[in-house]
Formats: sequence, structure tokens, C-alpha cells
Amino acid sequence: MNASPRISIPDKGLAYVGAARIEGPLVVVERVRDAGYDEMVEITDPSGRPRLGRVLDISETRAIVQILEGTSGLSHETLRARFLGESFRLPVSRHMLGRTFDGLGRPLDGNPPPLSSDLRDVNGLPINPHAREYPREFIQTGLSAIDGMNSLVRGQKLPIFSGNGLPHDRVCAQIIRQARLLEGGEEFSIVFAAMGVKHDVAEFFIRNCEESGALSRVAAFLSLADAPSVERLLTPRLALTLAEHLAFDCGQHVLVLLTDMTNYCESLREVGTIRGEIPGRKGYPGYLYSDLASLYERAGRIEGSPGSITQMAILTMPSDDISHPVPDLTGYITEGQIVLDRDLFQRGIYPPIAGLPSLSRLMKDGIGKGYTREDHPALASQLFACYARVKRIRALADVIGEEALGPLDRQVLKFGETFEHRFLAQGETENRPIATTLDLGWEILSTLPREELHRVSAELLSQHYQTGK
Amino acid sequence: MNPPPGRKASVTRINGPVVTATGLAGARMYEVVHVGELGLVGEIVRLNGDQATIQVYENTTMLKPGAPVRCTGAPLSVWLGPGLIGNIYDGIQRPLPAIKALHGSWLGRGEKIDPLDPASRWTFEPVVTAGETVSPGQTLGLVTETPLVRHKIMVPPDIPAAAVRRIAGKGLHGLTETVAILDTATGPREITLVQKWPVRVPRPIRERRPVSQPLLTGQRIIDTFFPIGKGGCAAIPGGFGTGKTITQHQLAKWSDADIIVFIGCGERGNEMTEVLREFPKILDPRSGRPLMERTILIANTSNMPVAAREASIYTGIALAEYYRDMGLDVAVFADSTSRWAEALRELAARLEEMPAEEGFPATLPTRLAQFYERGGAVTTLAGEPGSISIVGAVSPPGGDFSEPVTQHTQRFIRCFWALDTELANARHYPSIHWIRSYSDYVGAISGWWKKQNPDWTELRTEALTLLQREDRLQQIVKLIGADALPDAQQLILFIAELLKDGFLAQNAFDEKDQFCSPARQAALLQVISQVYRKSRSLIEAGVALGRIRELPALRRLIHVKTIYGNEEIAQITALSQQIQAELDGLVAERGAP
Ligand SMILES: Nc1ncnc2c1ncn2[C@@H]1O[C@H](COP(=O)(O)OP(=O)(O)OP(=O)(O)O)[C@@H](O)[C@H]1O
Ligand SMILES: [Mg+2]
Repeated sequence: MNASPRISIPDKGLAYVGAARIEGPLVVVERVRDAGYDEMVEITDPSGRPRLGRVLDISETRAIVQILEGTSGLSHETLRARFLGESFRLPVSRHMLGRTFDGLGRPLDGNPPPLSSDLRDVNGLPINPHAREYPREFIQTGLSAIDGMNSLVRGQKLPIFSGNGLPHDRVCAQIIRQARLLEGGEEFSIVFAAMGVKHDVAEFFIRNCEESGALSRVAAFLSLADAPSVERLLTPRLALTLAEHLAFDCGQHVLVLLTDMTNYCESLREVGTIRGEIPGRKGYPGYLYSDLASLYERAGRIEGSPGSITQMAILTMPSDDISHPVPDLTGYITEGQIVLDRDLFQRGIYPPIAGLPSLSRLMKDGIGKGYTREDHPALASQLFACYARVKRIRALADVIGEEALGPLDRQVLKFGETFEHRFLAQGETENRPIATTLDLGWEILSTLPREELHRVSAELLSQHYQTGK
Repeated sequence: MNPPPGRKASVTRINGPVVTATGLAGARMYEVVHVGELGLVGEIVRLNGDQATIQVYENTTMLKPGAPVRCTGAPLSVWLGPGLIGNIYDGIQRPLPAIKALHGSWLGRGEKIDPLDPASRWTFEPVVTAGETVSPGQTLGLVTETPLVRHKIMVPPDIPAAAVRRIAGKGLHGLTETVAILDTATGPREITLVQKWPVRVPRPIRERRPVSQPLLTGQRIIDTFFPIGKGGCAAIPGGFGTGKTITQHQLAKWSDADIIVFIGCGERGNEMTEVLREFPKILDPRSGRPLMERTILIANTSNMPVAAREASIYTGIALAEYYRDMGLDVAVFADSTSRWAEALRELAARLEEMPAEEGFPATLPTRLAQFYERGGAVTTLAGEPGSISIVGAVSPPGGDFSEPVTQHTQRFIRCFWALDTELANARHYPSIHWIRSYSDYVGAISGWWKKQNPDWTELRTEALTLLQREDRLQQIVKLIGADALPDAQQLILFIAELLKDGFLAQNAFDEKDQFCSPARQAALLQVISQVYRKSRSLIEAGVALGRIRELPALRRLIHVKTIYGNEEIAQITALSQQIQAELDGLVAERGAP
């Protein structure tokens, strides 16, 4: 982990000895000259070990430097700060696929750093909204709950809202294994950023890629639970910087996995608190929305470029609370969300993808005639409507007892069971083609009386409704 | 245009988008400055001696203390002239297509491209003659900006009465060419096709007028239940994914406004792309012309600099005022005002201002009020009617409406479309909640509706009352189930279902139903009302609700909205008659000895 930082440019910049204040991950260096906002800083401790930092606030008299690798062992007198004359940049190259790096982009696999003279500012630049291409190519994940009701398209940002102990990693791994376009096309390159997750989680993903023969298409940036928490603030930026290079310079289709965004946000909160910023909801900084947007918006397609960035961020909702700032602000930025549900999970349903709160906003443009199948939009809408009804009747049954329900209500409840056990649930290696998913949807809808299906036209009903179910 | 003589202004501190500088003794509040070697665009937001605090509209990475600061002598201003329509700008009116043409797909820094192409040429037709006396706001000549927009070149509002010394003849003129010279009390003024206006200053009007016309949106729950008037202000709050953006897109597409200004303020890049790709292809149902010919887009997406997000709202409204001054009806959509309020909060925090509620600056309510006050129905300086309607999306944290932005916004708007997460989860769209929403414009515009349909008020009240009764009944249903209710009450549940599925739900992506003409809205509501009235008397006469529910024609009622379009009202009436006949059949059955 402590190979000398590949990113720093040796023998560059001015060095200062001593710090006025060290507090948490922040170091205040005084009488700094000619340093810039967001400039990279290399701090050396008495043992000579270099650590990277960046300038958060700078005036004529002092610079506040955020140390990305922790401040433990640093002392006022002996600390040496070298300002490197540029903001944080990552060398990018397609040869980084198949490699593993730490949270700051240094090789973890024992191989030398990739050769590249192409250095990119890890903050990236916003895509000109006029240059974007609207994403609309359907990706088949082989999971009915996603393909049928919350379809993913190439270039979408669709996070997974999960909870502690829920199988988000397995669901995500299954998506990575199975995701492909309907008409084939080239496979995804995968950029994986792990932030504050345990070693075995990272291990699980990498093994999963290995088993499916995808390892040579994966670049991993790992800032694991034992790494300094501030480091995590950079890790997703490195991953996205590489992804942008692969997608928009090399023309690849890139799937970026960010896990776990809740840890990322906690690091942000930590730094904000130490700086004495006015906290927003639950102590998170007021700029959390803008900060998250600076990551999530780095997905999509660009007109005239063959590549794309599809983004799946995993986050764990503290106490399963979807209104917690992290999922809430994420939902406000991303193009939908896949929500995992503890109740389904406890009832043994895998993948436990919640029927109602999940949403894919780009679905409407990637499905239907010419994309998946003509009946897809109406079928999905009807399944949502019926399942919403199931939920209402379940609440009623909890009060008055199932026996007291009318016959139609009981039929709807039964539909709910079938829907959960046959449509939502599937095996971890079961890869359902979209046609199978849609047919299954109709089969299950056909357990309800035809006249209850308001969202589908008479024409579609006559084509797909199966009498006698 | 130069820094105060003999002084050199330079940066002393950089804290994200907030920069402090010294040597700015002569500078003015809200003056635009250029910061650093790249000339990043910023605005002075605080002055203290020769120290100034500058809010920078661009990323300040690698900006250093000591970097130069140059004053421009002018406040943040927009260019007003032909060429605005169909364009897409960032928050400080930099044209995104021109930036792309010059620099490619990514937004760099220090970009300084004119909002309108100075080399563009337009056909100008004078409407005044030399020697005539003109007053502020008066039209000097016309330019056909798009087939939909006759753009008026007006006497700028800051010029008092003047005499026309010279006016150009009909013909092609460059944007910055002088087309008129006016003799004013303070000397001659040259008028070009383009004028500038400081965005934070409302453009003057002669007087405000009461709202009296509906802004027809083609959305049933809005037009019929919670209408907005031309010149009205509405808020559409809702948690994520409840339909704020889609509803605003729907309104931008189908409203009967002359000009649409859509401000994407801190939201997604793809949503702007969607508008850009779609609007040129969609034809306005009234004029038959592409919607882009009446639309201006402001895109300061969530990942673009936060200070420019703060400015984007003002840029948008200033453009809207300019077209209003031509005597047009303008509709402004701001998605989302919460992101704008958050930009205020973020900047205030960096300025180390004392926070009020939830970290927002104490000026939040004032700022919201100032924004919504720039909407309204007016008589322009030229004496014509014009209006700006404002629809602001609000994104409350956790979908909880008790937070400051929603609460304060409610004080300054008169129309509230409350989006509901539960409805959205059930995919009932638009998920505007019929109990929690309101409109204060109903009285003002009912005159218009009554001319379309004399029964409008009655139909509307009946339907809303039914939905309210259903809402109360649902409390009981939750405890005992619907089957335990008497038929008369179950009828209310049944009719409410019809109203929700057959009338209120309106899919934005359904070819036939995305736009619903007022006549079709009235027809659909009328059918449901007839079913209700007739069924009620049938049930009183002892007919079982089950018999009514089974009627074949009734089953088709829910789909009518997607089967018969705006031109097929006759078929809706025919179905209505068929339902009547079937219901009458039940009476006959019952009545037979
Ligand atoms: N009238 C409608 N018809 C059909 N679908 C709709 C309608 N309104 C909303 N939707 C669906 O709901 C989804 C979310 O809507 P929208 O993007 O407008 O939400 P939002 O409130 O703007 O969310 P956010 O605050 O996160 O931006 C859309 O992608 C679309 O699928
Ligand atoms: Mg939105």
C-alpha cells in the first residue's frame, strides 16, 4: 500500500516545514506562497512516508489542507508540506483494465503503475447538456423485477438502495454477470470503486468477475474499511475519471459500480464537521446534494461518441430509512432507484426488489415497440397498479382478517403471492430473457379478472390475457 | 470597464466558489468581475472598504491568492434580442451550442461567448417614422424571430420620452447595427437589435392586472381541478420521482402560452437533453409549429457551478420579462427552486452568514417572494396586456412539506399541486394529490370556463366533493373493508375510482391523451357525472350496485380517454348515451312488474 505515490510529480513545488494546527484530517500550513485552491499537497512525516492531501481553503496567510491518508503520527514541528503545483490528477489508460488499485490510484496488485502520460483532473468537467445523447438502449439484466418493471438503459445512473445485511452485493454481481444488450454487441468494461467496504466485499466482486471471465475487463479502486476515511472522497472520482477515458476516448461501454455511497457521505460529513461548517440534515453538509451530483452526473452518453457510462451506486440506508439524506439526495439526482426490501428478503425472496418504490425513469424510452416488445409499457404499468392494490388489501387484511375480505380482494392477495414468488423471485444463476419475463407477467396478471386490468387496452388484453388461469 | 485607476485588484482568499479580493475600492455591489488568469466570471456580493467578496460562477480549482481581478463596470446582465428563442444557455446566459461548437462536449472554464451571435442578421421592419415621439416600451420595429414569434424591438425602459431622429428602413440588419437613433433629453441614443438588462432588476411595467384567463395546460387535474391563470404562480412540490419534471415538461409542451422559458436549475443533464431532442419534433396543437420555436432553455445542471445555479433563476425570469413586454403570455418553469435555495444556502455558508432555519439564509423568504413577484398579469409600458406565469418545482428533503422552502413558497403562490409518493408508487400519474392540492384562481377564471360549459363549476364541485367523501370513507374501509358498506357508499367509492382512473390519471406518454382539450375534459367529466347521478337514483330505487358495475358500456369508460382524442368528442357523447341507455335498462328491469 505504501509504494511512493505514483501520482505526485517528484521535485516539484515548494516545501514548507511545520504546521500551525492539525485537527482530524486537516492540517493548517502558514505563510504559503503561490499555492492554489484544490492543489495537491504531499505531506511527509518524520519517518519520511509521504501522504497526499489537497487544499480546501487558501488565503495569503494560510492553507487548509485535507490529508487524504490520515494525520496520525504527524507533528507540528516536523511535518513537511510540499505543494505540487496542480490539482489531483490520475494517469489514465485502457491498460488499467484488469488491474487493482488502492483508493488513491496506486497499484495494489504488485505490478508497476500503468504507463500513461495522459493525466486527468479527477474532478472532471461537466458534460455540456447540449452535447449529451439521450440514453435509450435497453440492457437486459436477466432479472424480471428490473427488466420487466424498472428497466435499465445504457448510460443510465440507477443506484441500489439497500440495507445492512441485504443481498445487494449478490444482486449487483448477478447484474454484472448477466447484463447485455438485446442485439448482443460488445461487453461492458467494468470500473469498480469500493469505499469503506470490508475486504471480503471487494473480494466477492473480484472473484465474481473472475469466475465469469470478466476480470480482464475490470479495473478496481479499493478504499477499504481500514483505509483512512478521507481517502474515500477521492476514490469514486478516480473511478469515474478512468471510466470517462474508457467511454469517451476509447469508445467502450463502461459499467461503473460505486459501493458504498453511505460510507462516502459519512467521510464528507466528517470533514465538514471538523471544519466547523454549518451542518444540514442529520449533520451532513449543506452541499451534499451538489457533491453527490458531481459524481452521479458523470454518467451518460455523448453525442457522436460510441461509448457510454452506466452507473450503479450501492448505498445502505441507515435503519432502512429511504428518507435519510443519503438515499433521499441520491434519489433526487439519479435516474431512478432499485430498492431492496427487508420484508421480501426475510420471506426468502431473492432478489428482494421492492415492487413499488423502485423506479427507472429512463425506462419509458428504452422499452416498447422497436425496443423490447409492444406490450411492455402497459404490462409494467398494470403490474405496478395491481401490486399497489395488493399492498392496500394486505393492510386491510391485517386489520379485519383475511376471512373477512371479499372474494375479489382475496383473489388480489393471491395474485400478490404469485407475483412475489414467481415474478420477483428467481435463482441467482437464472438469466431470464425479456420475452420470458413479459410472458410470465401476463401469465400472472391472468390470475385476475380481465375487467380489473384497467391499464391495458382491450387489444393487448385480447392478445395476451390467458383465460382460465 | 477598468479597475479603479492606480490600484491593482487581486485575490486574497479562495474558499470554493467564494473568493475574497482586495484593491476594489471603486467597485459596485453586483458588479461582474473577471477573476484570475482564466478570467473566471464572478459577481461582487459584498463590499467592505476596498475588500470585496466575489461569488464565482466557475470552478476555482488552482486559483491562487494574488491572482488579478478585473472589474467590468457592469452588473450581471442578459442580452435581449432576436435569437434567444430555440437557444439553450447556462445560468449566466452563455450559449451552450456555441460553446460546444467551439470547444467540444465538455464545459471548460473562462468561457466568454456572446449570448447572441453578433454576426447574425435579421430582417427589421420599422413601425415608426422619423420625427415621431416615442415612449419607453414602445415598438420601433419588428423582427420575425421564428415563425411563431414576432419579436418587437422596443424603446428600452430606461429611455424617457424621445423623438425618433432616424429609423432604418425594412431590410437585413446585423444584431449590433444601429437601427434607430432617438433624441432624448440627455442626448442621442443608438438602438440596436440587441439590448442589455441587469438580471436582478425587474423590468418596469405600467401596472398589474388581475388574473382572468386560464393558462390552459391540457392536463385534466390542473385545468379542471386546480387551474392556474395566465400571470399566476404555482408550486409543484414532491419527493424524488413523483413527477415534478414530467409535469413541468407536459406544461411546457401543451400550455397555451406564447413563450416558454424552462429553467433546469440544479437538475439532471439528460432531462435538458430530452427537451432539446423532443421539442423540435413536437408540434404545438394550436399553431402546428415545432414547440422549439417558442421555447428558451436555461440549463445549469446539478454538476455545473453552484453560483451560476443561483443566477440561473434571474437569467430566466429576465428573459421572460422581455417577451412579456412585447405583450406576450410567457410561462416560466423552474426545476427545481429547492436547488436554487440550496445554492443560496451554500453560498451564504461560505460567506459565513448567520443561518436561519435549516441552514438557509434569513433572506430566503424575501428572495422567494422577489422571484414569484416577477410573475403576474400586467399592462406593459406600451399599454398592452402581457403576463408571466411561474411554475416552480419544490424538492423537499424526505418528501416532507413542512421544510422551509415549501413552507415559504406557499406564502407567495396561489396554486399548489402537491405530489404524492404513494400515488407515484402505484404509478398513478400525474400523482397530484386531489385532496392536498389547491388553486386560488378558480374564481378568477371560472368565467372563461362557463363560456365553454355552463355547468363547469357545478361539475367540478361535484367531482371534488365526491373525492373528498371517498377519502373519508377510505378511513372506514381501512377498518372494516369496503364490502361492509351500504351500496350508496360503495357507489361513492366506485365513482371515485372512475374519476381517478378515467379522468385524473393522464399518461404523459400516451399519444391520444397527453394533451386534453378543454372540451374533451368537460365531456369526460360530464359522462362520469351522469353515471353518478343516474346510479344514485337507481340505488335509491333498490337496484344493486353490482348490476351497475357489470354494465358493458361502463367498463369502457375508463379507457375512453385513451381511445377517443380531442377530435372525437362525438364518440364520447355517443358512449355516454349508450351508458344512459344501459342504466335506463336497469330501471326498466326493476320497474317491470
Ligand atoms: N404524467 C406522467 N405520465 C407518465 N409517467 C409519469 C408522469 N409523471 C411522472 N411519471 C413517471 O415518473 C417518473 C419520475 O418523474 P419525474 O422525473 O418528473 O420526477 P421528479 O419529481 O422530477 O423527481 P426528481 O425530484 O428526482 O427530479 C418519470 O420518469 C415517469 O416514469
Ligand atoms: Mg425532476
